[in-house]
Amino acid sequence: MSYASSLYLTGAEVGLSLVGLVLLLVSAWSGPRSGRMLTVIAGAALLAAAVFSIHLFDRASGDVAARAFGDLYRADAFGSFAKVLIYLATAAVLVVTPRFFAQVGGYRGEYPVLMLFNAVGMGMMVSASDLMTLYIGLEMSSLSSYILASFLRQDDRSAEAGLKYFVLGALASGIILYGVSLVYGFTGTTNYEGIRAAFDTNFSTGALFGVVFVLAGLAFKVSAVPFHMWTPDVYEGAPTPVTAFFASAPKVAAMGMLLRMAMDPFAGEVDSWRQIVIFAALASIVVGALGAIGQQNLKRLLAYSSINNVGFILIGLAAATPAGVAGALTYLTIYVAMVVGSFTALLMLRDPTGNNLETFADISGLSTKRPALAWSLLAVMFSLAGIPPLFGFWGKFVVFQAAVQADLVALAVIGIAASVIGAFYYLKFIKVMFFDEPVREVEASSPIGHWAVLAVCVAIISPLGYLLTIPLGEWTAQAAASFVAAM
Amino acid sequence: MIGIEHYIVVSALLFVLGVLGIFLNRKNIIVILMAIELILLSVNLQLVAFSAFLGDLVGQVFAMFVLTVAAAEAAVGLAILVIYFRGRGTIAVDDVDRLKG
Repeated sequence: MSYASSLYLTGAEVGLSLVGLVLLLVSAWSGPRSGRMLTVIAGAALLAAAVFSIHLFDRASGDVAARAFGDLYRADAFGSFAKVLIYLATAAVLVVTPRFFAQVGGYRGEYPVLMLFNAVGMGMMVSASDLMTLYIGLEMSSLSSYILASFLRQDDRSAEAGLKYFVLGALASGIILYGVSLVYGFTGTTNYEGIRAAFDTNFSTGALFGVVFVLAGLAFKVSAVPFHMWTPDVYEGAPTPVTAFFASAPKVAAMGMLLRMAMDPFAGEVDSWRQIVIFAALASIVVGALGAIGQQNLKRLLAYSSINNVGFILIGLAAATPAGVAGALTYLTIYVAMVVGSFTALLMLRDPTGNNLETFADISGLSTKRPALAWSLLAVMFSLAGIPPLFGFWGKFVVFQAAVQADLVALAVIGIAASVIGAFYYLKFIKVMFFDEPVREVEASSPIGHWAVLAVCVAIISPLGYLLTIPLGEWTAQAAASFVAAM
Repeated sequence: MIGIEHYIVVSALLFVLGVLGIFLNRKNIIVILMAIELILLSVNLQLVAFSAFLGDLVGQVFAMFVLTVAAAEAAVGLAILVIYFRGRGTIAVDDVDRLKG
């Protein structure tokens, strides 16, 4: 492979890094006033990167044409699919961000720049086909996430969220890295294909330790139980747009990385990691559902909801079949729409002086004052609960179908039973918004950008979303085939 | 003769010490940052030892990357610690409790 074609395949990342570096200079030069302009440019760059990723979608992982820089990086259908989701989610978060900071202050040009670098790191995570690329992408995304979490410098909660995220995130990176060094030592290579070949000939105890460490660290990054404890604190403390971002794009990236890891280099050792994934999936569903009960802060509640959803995505991984991977990707797509929608609705909730509202008490009786917003939030919550006419049901359906086809009937049954617990707190939204007396004044209108993002998300999760089932099924199947073909 | 096993054992011990340093320490967040560095250094030791043992340069290249990232990580961690200290006036681990639930 020539250097030029490698650069072409990594075009989205190269382009985003260049734009990020230029914007960094511009923001340093022009001071805090340029924040809004830089946000628009960063959003446009992300959309362009998404279009470029769509353009690269038709390459399979086995193609030499998809491999860049001596197989350090693969621009295959799986990576491209995940990248489109990541870039679109990041761009959507950028649309709803500036208004939040207009009230609390402290919006600076660094914010869109950090988002861009984060997007570059996430793109590398899902496309990495070498442990070295994986580590650099992971750290690039993590380091900018730590800064974003503590972006409100004057706010105690934001600084504390950043600190907690940093300590636990760095620990997770350390665990992954330790596992990576063991895998390298016992296989003699860091390349995914080489690791798989080496595991096929000799899977030693040391290598098993390596696999377990890597998976534990990755479970940390996707906030699966038992490595979930940072999630509620970080989600509550971080500025709301940053929380919206954490719940959407980095989840896709970490899950994409985990799927590729499990299905490519570790694909021959399904039996040794499947038990771990099944445990993490069930524990996440149950802990996510039980933890959310009794939460008064909506951001904290949505953090538990994200833990719960990660459990369902892991069920797709536990199936360890092409259908399971495709199901997990379908679920992720719908999940991103639900998460971005719910946090956008949360960002639209402000009192007349412009302060953000984020507790259950604040949304009581919302339906009388902001009916459109209340109904949108209702749709999102029903979809998160997986109630049939809405598209969230389809995501659950495909992962459970994959689990049943892989003879994991017990897992599917327990998962479905546990998802009923989750319905409790989603229904609480309905009770509070539609049947309680209003206690707080809420701002009467919201800007068009917020409505646009919310409308797109609600349209996707509404029954209209079922129009997407066939194309979505084809895309995810093609994405899953990109490394299952090598199985 | 010091073989590969000795290096693996030493780096495993360093790794465990680092993890324990994060969890058992109740005094000071700076100690946590040092424990994180210790974890990364244990990995580096292991990577270089494997690299020498296998006669393969990739491990040493990887160790260079880890060193670079560790520097960036320490910078970000200390910066967050500084803004945290400005707001709260303490860096005791037990005082990091504003977010609960």
